[in-house]
Order: sequence, then C-alpha cells, then structure tokens
Amino acid sequence: MIDRTIFRRATLAGAAALAMFGLASPAFAQKTKLTVYTALENDQLDPFKKAFEADNPTIEIAWVRDSTGVVAAKLMAEKDNPRADIIWGLAASNVGLMASMGMLEPYTPAGSTALNPMFLSGKSPQTWVGMDAYLSLVCFNTAEGKKGNKPVPTSWADLIKPEYKDSIVMPNPASSGTGYLTVAAWLQIMGEEAGWKYMDALHQNIAQYIHSGSAPCVQAAKGERLIGIGLDTRGASEKTKGAPLELVVPKEGLGWELEVTAIVKGTKNLDAAKKLADWAASKKANELYAKTYPIVAYPGVANTPPNYPPNLEKVMVKNDVEWMAKNRDRILAEWTKRYDGKSAPKAK
Amino acid sequence: MSLAVPSLKVGLSRDDLMMRAGVLVLAGVLLVMVGLPLWALLAKGFEDRDGKFIGLANYISYFSTPALFQSALNSLQVASITTVIVVPLAFLYAYALTRTVLPMRWLFQGISLIPIFAPSLLPGLALIYLFGTQGFLKVLLGGGSIYGIDGIVIAQVFYCFPHATLILTTALATADARLYEAADVLGTSKRRVFFTVTLPGAKYGLISAALVVFTLVMTDFGIAKVIGGNFNVLATDVYKKVIGQQDFSMGAVVGMVLLAPAALAFLVDRLVQRKQVALLTARAVPLVPRPKFARDLFFTLFCLLVSAAILAILGMAIWGSLIKYWPYNLSLTLDNYDFAKFDSNGWDSYWNSVRMALGAAVFGTVLMFTGAWLNEKTRGFGAMRGVVQLLAFLPMAVPGLVLGLGYIFFFNAPNNPLNFLYATMGILVLNTVAHFYTVGHLTATTALKQIDPEFEAVSASLKVPVWKTFARVTAPICLPAILDIAIYLFVNAMTTVSSVIFLYAPDTKLASVAAVNIEEAGTTAAAAALCVVIVLTSAAVKAAHLVADRFLFARLQVWRRR
Repeated sequence: MIDRTIFRRATLAGAAALAMFGLASPAFAQKTKLTVYTALENDQLDPFKKAFEADNPTIEIAWVRDSTGVVAAKLMAEKDNPRADIIWGLAASNVGLMASMGMLEPYTPAGSTALNPMFLSGKSPQTWVGMDAYLSLVCFNTAEGKKGNKPVPTSWADLIKPEYKDSIVMPNPASSGTGYLTVAAWLQIMGEEAGWKYMDALHQNIAQYIHSGSAPCVQAAKGERLIGIGLDTRGASEKTKGAPLELVVPKEGLGWELEVTAIVKGTKNLDAAKKLADWAASKKANELYAKTYPIVAYPGVANTPPNYPPNLEKVMVKNDVEWMAKNRDRILAEWTKRYDGKSAPKAK
Repeated sequence: MSLAVPSLKVGLSRDDLMMRAGVLVLAGVLLVMVGLPLWALLAKGFEDRDGKFIGLANYISYFSTPALFQSALNSLQVASITTVIVVPLAFLYAYALTRTVLPMRWLFQGISLIPIFAPSLLPGLALIYLFGTQGFLKVLLGGGSIYGIDGIVIAQVFYCFPHATLILTTALATADARLYEAADVLGTSKRRVFFTVTLPGAKYGLISAALVVFTLVMTDFGIAKVIGGNFNVLATDVYKKVIGQQDFSMGAVVGMVLLAPAALAFLVDRLVQRKQVALLTARAVPLVPRPKFARDLFFTLFCLLVSAAILAILGMAIWGSLIKYWPYNLSLTLDNYDFAKFDSNGWDSYWNSVRMALGAAVFGTVLMFTGAWLNEKTRGFGAMRGVVQLLAFLPMAVPGLVLGLGYIFFFNAPNNPLNFLYATMGILVLNTVAHFYTVGHLTATTALKQIDPEFEAVSASLKVPVWKTFARVTAPICLPAILDIAIYLFVNAMTTVSSVIFLYAPDTKLASVAAVNIEEAGTTAAAAALCVVIVLTSAAVKAAHLVADRFLFARLQVWRRR
C-alpha cells in the first residue's frame, strides 16, 4: 500500500517536472514530422531535405522514396487511409489521375503565379504544381558505334534504318511512364496512322522493351546496347560518370512529362504540408531542381546540368497531357496487341 | 509396415481438445496473415477501377486477350524446364550430402545455400557481366542472347536450387538403416534398392521440391524483369498492370490466374500425403553412409562442379562490386561500399534488414514448426486441418507484389483493429513470414512425417501430456529441421523485395530494397556491393549454424547413431 502511494507520488512529481521543463524550454517542442512520398532520385533527397528544413526548422521531412510506379501504386492502395502528407516529385500523369479520384487537397501555393503556366494543373485552387520537366531522348554509345561502324542518328526517322537492327532498347509503355510518353509523343508528332506505321518499322530494330524508363540509357551507357530510348537525366548522369555516351535530341521533337507537388487529402499535418508546397514552388527550390533538370517551373531559372544538350525546351513537342491521359488505355491495348503479344525476336 | 492403431470410439481426451483448439488458433493466425490480405486484393478483380462490382467482366476481357495465352504458355514453359533441371540436380546434390562420404561435407552444404543468400538482383547482374553483350563468356552462348528464355532459365536454376536441395536433404537425411541392411542380406541389387527403398522414402520430398520450384518460377518477376527480354510471363504481366498502370483490378485477375498452380500443388500434396508412411519408426536405426571409393569420387566431382558454378556467379558479383565503371573502366575501388553516397539511409537500411530478419526467424520458426506439428499430429478434425494446409500452401503461389498490395488494403483499412501495425517493423516481419510460409511449413511437415506416431501413442499410454512429448521428444528430434527453417527465414528476409517494397516506412527501409533502388539509379557496382554485404551476412549466420550444429547440438542427435 505504502509502496503504491510512493510510486504514485513519484509519478506525479515526474509528470509535473516534465511539464515544467516542457513549458520552460520551447526549443524542445516536438517537430512536425511530415511524411513525403517521392520518386525523386536518391541523391537529390538529402540536399532537398536540408534546404527545406533550414528554412522551416519546426518541420522534419521523412521520405518514402521508390520508383514512380511503386510510389503511385502505394498511394492509390492507401487511398482509404492515406499515410502520406504530401507528394513531392511524382509524374504529373499519375498525380493527375489521383486528382480525378479526389485523393488530393487542392491548394494554390503562395507565389505559384510566378511559375510558367505550363507547370500548373490549371484548376482553382491548384490540385498540383509542377517542379521540372523530364524528357525522353536517345542515348547513343559512341564506343560501340565506332566498333560496329554505326553512324550517330539525328532523328526518330533514322532509328528505323536497317543498320540498327536489334540494337535499340526502349521502355515498355505498359510498364513504364517514360515508355508511354515516348509512344504518345510519336503519335502526336506524326499523327496516329503514321505513328503506328513508324513503330511497326521500329519494332524490327528493337532488341528489347524494358520494364523501366531509366534502364535503356543505362544499358546503352554500359555497352549492353548501342542505342537506348529513355530518360534524359539518367543519360546525362551516366555520361558524367564516364560512359562513352552521346545524348541525341531527334529533330522532330521530344516527348516530356512533369514532376509535381501535391498535398494528399486527409493529411493530419495540413499546415506543414502547405509550407512545403509553398517552398516547393519558390525560386530557391527551383534553383535546386535546376541542378539536375534542364527545364524547371520558375521562368529564368536555367542551368544546363553537366552533359545535357542545350536549349531543350525548344524541342519539346506540343504535348496534350489531357489527351495522353484519356487515350492511355486505348493506346496501350493497341500497342500490346501489336508488339507485346509477340514472343521475343529470335536470337540470331 | 506398422499396423494402423485401431481407433476406438471414445470421447475426446484433454490432449485432443487442446490440439484442436491449437489448430483453430493457427487457422485464425494464418487467415489474418495470408487469407484476408490476399482476398483484400483479389476481390478487386471483380470491381472496376472506381470500385464498383462488375462480376466477371475483368476476367472476360483478360481471357479474350491473345497475349494472355502467350504469357501463360511462356510461364509454364520456363517453370517446367527449370523444374526438370533443378529437381534431379538438387536430388543428386542432396544425395551426396546425406548418403555418401563427402570430404568437407559442411562446406558443400554451405555453398549449396549461397543462392538464397543473394537478392535476386545478384544473379541478374552477374549473368550480364558474364554473358551480356560485353560479357567474358559471351562466346559460350554461340551468338545467342542472355536476354530471354535462356537467361531466365539459367538464373532461375541458380535461384531455385537451394530451395529444392533444402527440402530433399531433409527428406533423405532420415532413413532406416535396417531396410538397407535387409536388402543387403537378401542380395538385392543397388539399382533395385534405390528404386524400392531410397526413392519411395524421399517421394514426399521430391514432390514437394518439384511443386516448390515450379511455383517459385511461376511467381517470380524479379529475374524475368531484369533478364527476360521480351519474353512475357504471367508474373511480369502482374507487374505491368500494378506498377506500370496502377490497375489493381487487372493485376488481381492475373494474380488469381497464378493461384491455379497452388491449387494444383495442394491437391497433389493431399494425394501424396495419404500414401506417405513414417520412415523413422521407433525401432529405426539411422543410416550412416560407409566409404565407397567410386561412388564417393563421382559425387565429390559432381558437387565440385555445381559448387564451382555457384561460386563463379557469386565471384563475378564480388568483382563487379569492386570496379569503377563497367565495362569501360575496370580499375578497382572500395568506394562502392560507402552506401551513404548512393542512398540517404546509408548503412541504416542494412541494420533494419538484420533486425527484421532476426524477428522473422524467431517468430516464423515458432509459428511454422508448432503449426506443422499441430496440423500433423491432431487426430480427426480433417476439415479445419485442410483449411490450415490450404492457407499454408497459398503464399508460395502468390507473387510478392500481390501479397504486398494485399497487406496495404487489409492492414491499412481504417476499420481494421490491427492497423496500428501498418508502417512498423512488425508488419514487415509478419509479411515476410507469410510470404515464405510454404517452404518452412513443408520442411517441418516432412521432418514430422518421418517420426513414427508410435512415439505419441506410447506417451499417451504413459499419460504424458502431448505438449510434453512435443517439447521433450518431437522438437529435439526435429532440431535440425527447426534450425533449417530459422536460417531459411533469416536469409530470405535479408533478400526479399517484391512484397516489402510496398510496406516499409521512412525509418524501416530494408537493404534489399535499397539495393534495387541503387541499381535503378544506374549505380550497378554499388548495388552489387550491397548484395555482397547481404550474402556475407547470411553466410556468416549459416556458418555459425554449422558450427553450432557440429559441436553444440550434435549431443541432441546422438540417439540417431547406434
């Protein structure tokens, strides 16, 4: 009995002490932990986190990072009980779909009026806000090209020449967003009929449709394949690491996609999420994006990252994002019927 | 052999009631770990994208796609070829380990396990170094390409070999020497002994091994994704639907199609089980192989060959982790082991993996062995035991990503009282144990089947409670199998990716997932390095197991000798 009383007193005293300590030193206040879902590259996470937290010392970022498909699937599977507070760095086509499913908390970040309108969802308030654009281009391995005496292509049309037979890899549009935007770009540049005819011809030169948007340029960089059609950032970073790679911008134009920020509906940390959304649309943040991406949302923030072809924004095709989303199922079904149903090309 | 114990119609004893209650609890646990999460995803197959019930419409649209049959045929083809190669290979290897006098047996046993120590990324990377366009041994393919069915089969054989070897070693390890002595005395030919004694004794193990390999290949998408080229299989179809298009409904449909082999495996298992007789009767004398020069030489050479192939693949990955830029700058460096440079979690994810693997090994082994024992030794109660058996078989046939997504739907549901587990280490442990339940359960069952029910009968007549027999007789006899299960869980937990990739939280990221992320970022050498660290960890744990086995637990197995 006595023991218990003493114990209770001790607990009370401890609690009081803790409360006083807590009141006396606000510096020890709990930071808000913000769960951020992202498909940004691994090496971008630390600098982004540090820069944001320096400006917002009461908020701490906890990343959940994976490839675009995995993060999108996770977000959509968690729809009924969201775990993410905010999305920072995911493809606009995926986020757009989530917006149409009512999964996002509309919010127009302070200062978003300064951004290039192409990078905004166009809704009021905005459902998502763009950060940067990435492109699908051609990676050519010059060392292997020299060995096989193959010329560097300069256009999409060049890629269907018979000299490139079985030496091109591209992402499978059914499993990769980059693959889909590439196919959609061809259909938009050339028109549907000519576009499919082009892909029929290109199919003869394709060694493999890979289940990843970044793998084609990596395979080209490592000499596994002569030519990879895929993500620009990966091509540039492989070249920086020493790959004998040339990034080719086909003269007909390039397909592209945006990476965006969006607040998840149902977040328990709405204020902190808004702060991050504001910060992500700021000039400072865009300067950070520009270190890896050649094209960012804030006009005038331009910094061609190492080994990028210059003036890329000039060759971006007129891309109708809505058309892309609406026709996705139809195009993928047609693509799958034409190219994916066939078994692997016979190895020679 | 042994006469069936005449069953008397008496009331259920306390033991019987206790065992039945245990089976019920087990069924409940498996339902939560396997059944309900799976259903949470598979039910989506009957809904459209907005969640409206549409009956079989998704199935009709899927089955009317010609690509399906190609994928299904491809899956069957790869799975059959791999099974036909792996099972005989593993049988010979297991035979060498258990029935011949092998120099450095422990070493060969250890090497045979290396493939499960490695994330499936490792054979993919190593094969590309070896046989890819720039590979050293490309000439061996005679102008063929590693990307496609050849590559898938080679990688799958590597990956499935230890699974089959583990089951077959357990099956062959317990044999009654008296049968061989009798055959010897009767002058039976070696061939005949093999076909009438050895093979029937290992039949359950052989069939289990074949079923496990077949379904492993059917459901694995990691290898097909990395090295499959344009060779579509059902598992990559699930990947395309779920990861490529976030179309859970169609993903669920393909997932359901993939359950067909599991259903088949379940039926086959039921049929075989009825015919299996206990090998290790109470009077059995364990078989100790005696030296025989020609036989031992043949099997030593065979084991050397298989081990060399396994070590070549591992060695290639180690070398790959030490080079600067494949294939253009082959100078060596240790930089690739500084993981903080490639992943913000650095070495943290490695320690998370170790903690997760320990948790899975402890929790999973207790659950699997006790579960298998309850299911095996409970008398009557057939229906409920059948349910348990089915739930134990399901995970094998489920692609990891289907299980992982099912866990999100089930454990993250706002009205699930268990949703506090979500985004914790606990759910990773639970998911991993569920994912690898089948092989552990089969190993335990195989070991238990070889024990004569007479042990229980004698205990019962001596009025020893059944749990005491379990703790004092059954568990110690099965200790080797129990340790095998624990190690199996540990190493698989270190390498698993496809399911946990959906379930980790910011502070519980695993090394295996980090390796995939690093590889996707193009830093192949660092990914290989992380794979090597994982292999070495599991190898160290296995080595500790072998040492313990030799010096510590050997005492418990003394009774097996004469």
